[in-house]
Amino acid sequence: MTTTMRLSHLAALEAEAVHIIREVVAETEQPGLLFSGGKDSVVLLHLAKLAFWPARVPFPVVHIDTGHNFPEVLEFRDEYVEEIGVRLIVGSVPEALAAGSLREPAGNVSRNALQTPVLLETIQKHRFDALFGGARRDEEKARAKERVFSVRDEFGQWDPKNQRPELWDLYNGLLEPGASMRVFPLSNWTELDIWQYIADRELALPPLYYAHERAVFERDGMLFADNEFLPRREGEDIRMEKVRFRTIGDATCTGAVRSDAVTNEDVLAEIVASRLTERGATRADDRVNETAMEDRKREGYF
Amino acid sequence: MDILRLATAGSVDDGKSTLIGRLLYDTQTAFEDQIDAVARASRRTGGDGEQINLALLTDGLKAEREQGITIDVAYRYFATPRRKFIIADTPGHVQYTRNMVTGASTAELAIVLVDARGGMTEQSRRHALLCSLLGVPHLVLAINKMDLVDYDEAAFRAIDQEFSRFSERLRIPDLSVIPMSALEGDNVVQRTTKMPWYEGPSLLHHLETVHVAADTNLIDLRFPVQYVIRPQTTEFHDYRGYAGKIATGVIRVGDEVIALPSGMTSKVTAIDSPAGPVEEAYAPMSVTVRLADDIDLSRGDTLTRVNNQPRTTQDIDAMVCWMAPEELRPGMRVLVKHTTRTVPALVKDIEYRMDVNTLHRAGADSLGFNDIGRIRLRTTQPLMCDDYQRSRQTGGFIVIDPTTKRTLGGGMIRLP
Ligand SMILES: Nc1nc2c(ncn2[C@@H]2O[C@H](COP(=O)(O)OP(=O)(O)OP(=O)(O)O)[C@@H](O)[C@H]2O)c(=O)[nH]1
Ligand SMILES: [Mg+2]
Repeated sequence: MTTTMRLSHLAALEAEAVHIIREVVAETEQPGLLFSGGKDSVVLLHLAKLAFWPARVPFPVVHIDTGHNFPEVLEFRDEYVEEIGVRLIVGSVPEALAAGSLREPAGNVSRNALQTPVLLETIQKHRFDALFGGARRDEEKARAKERVFSVRDEFGQWDPKNQRPELWDLYNGLLEPGASMRVFPLSNWTELDIWQYIADRELALPPLYYAHERAVFERDGMLFADNEFLPRREGEDIRMEKVRFRTIGDATCTGAVRSDAVTNEDVLAEIVASRLTERGATRADDRVNETAMEDRKREGYF
Repeated sequence: MDILRLATAGSVDDGKSTLIGRLLYDTQTAFEDQIDAVARASRRTGGDGEQINLALLTDGLKAEREQGITIDVAYRYFATPRRKFIIADTPGHVQYTRNMVTGASTAELAIVLVDARGGMTEQSRRHALLCSLLGVPHLVLAINKMDLVDYDEAAFRAIDQEFSRFSERLRIPDLSVIPMSALEGDNVVQRTTKMPWYEGPSLLHHLETVHVAADTNLIDLRFPVQYVIRPQTTEFHDYRGYAGKIATGVIRVGDEVIALPSGMTSKVTAIDSPAGPVEEAYAPMSVTVRLADDIDLSRGDTLTRVNNQPRTTQDIDAMVCWMAPEELRPGMRVLVKHTTRTVPALVKDIEYRMDVNTLHRAGADSLGFNDIGRIRLRTTQPLMCDDYQRSRQTGGFIVIDPTTKRTLGGGMIRLP
């Protein structure tokens, strides 16, 4: 009897995430969940739904909108939020720019750097003391070092050399006044786990994650979707390709990969065979330098 | 497929990060862009030109690369057709012992590395002691850098014996000893031909086959309530569910249960799991339990069995690892988080400090940064606890500073 009572890896990861989500709601005053419409945040919001079923998800979701969106993703975001029945709070980079509380550096199309101040502003405005994020430790080497409950000072900054010990599953949800937390229930999930879970639970995703014909051009060895936010340079010609996205972020820094994967099973097969990490394959924002992610996190990025 | 959680341990520079890098590299589970990035970084940080520094696969922080040491735990993931692995690569430096404890606290298996040239150091002893106190059920003693002692059996035997003598008084339920070279890859993924005198498995083979299913305590039902779910909607008007993660044991629909500390009893009418309603659930599942009666039960309380209860007590006797620069002294007021219950507590007494080299107990009136010792606490409300060696989940607690809210230490309860 006892030998069969060992959870499969997906059930174990699910149980761990549900435990973390409940723990935050029990221990903090004003939690929220960062939701972009990307695959990790879809899984995260689904887990939040399971954690409180049949009650409603007891916190709002937050989208930090750079204004550089794929329209399909925004559409999906709104539908999914409606289906789950949660309140959506949008922290908008374009609005902050229009209001003058933020200025766009000249000659720079990526709004990655602008996301952090808007995130911090949104946290302050709504007095969030804990924000769930869908980040995974397998994504990037600085993330691999971060705690599940990641304490940030009043400026949202992460201090990698001075993290709280985190023993067993006894998460310390207490905060000094002014401090806040980012909480990562998917810390121990890999890209493959996420896809296996999506396939297993039949979760819906934005269509961008599956192969489709799209007008693209090549830059720095990556394929970018032709979009209004990303001016093409000389010699960057548009062509039609069958592609899909492995991650979805700001349209100006998220690349696509050539793919024929139209079902979850196809995608799983593709990921198993891939020799590149998802960020390595398609994220221009991490290529700036070796410590791009660590630097952004220190400044308050999630 | 199941998951095995493992952690590395041992002195600074004994090769922990290199070993994990080697494991990922030789199983071809490190990605090309990661390898390229590590190769670039290896060239920049000096190194022997051609060879890539595999430790950089886990040492991802700027400060770590600058100093060539691990500062905080890195979590890495890989899978073979047999198992998925969650690896915590922990730092060896004494200053970062708290991070080693973080990584080892959830591990089912720890690899303690020792440099074949130097033998055990104070730090190897400290880490072996911590693994034993933390109740890591499986230990691998990896005698590393065998390439630097010409793969000599005598060097291996000497350390093996040194470790046996030291660990006689530790609690290590399962020990394997493997000679290896993390740098060269000997006995990491493949068995090497350079040490014909060693007949055991490679490290990976051991990790894939070590039997861990029996480590979960499925005997003592302990269900600490985490959150009460009351939808208060028309459809679920009367729904009242107790959400939580089963710490140990098994719970079934129809079971008679007792709530602690109230002592009221009831019967389980339903169990909701993430996958829908189930008839039975077991540790470490996260579920929602419904009962026949509306009894007094909220976060911090525990559901258990009438005939098999934890100890309900305000007097805690425990081993602690102290992780803060400020000293732990009798009279100090702290918060204790145990299962889902956080309560104020008073430090009554420090019984002794452990000498990590000799394992002797020395009288002490305070515990300092990285000390390990035995203490007594009095909590303002009862905790429902088990002996840590019987249950990590209901025997462990953390100590929190009531003012700064920082985590100061970890405790492991002793029940007489
Ligand atoms: N010759 C030889 N050198 C090794 C071996 N394993 C590791 N080293 C070297 O030992 C040094 C330290 O290795 P690390 O892997 O960084 O050591 P560590 O145990 O992770 O150190 P901390 O994390 O800082 O405690 C590096 O220069 C490695 O190349 C081995 O098997 N043989
Ligand atoms: Mg290291």
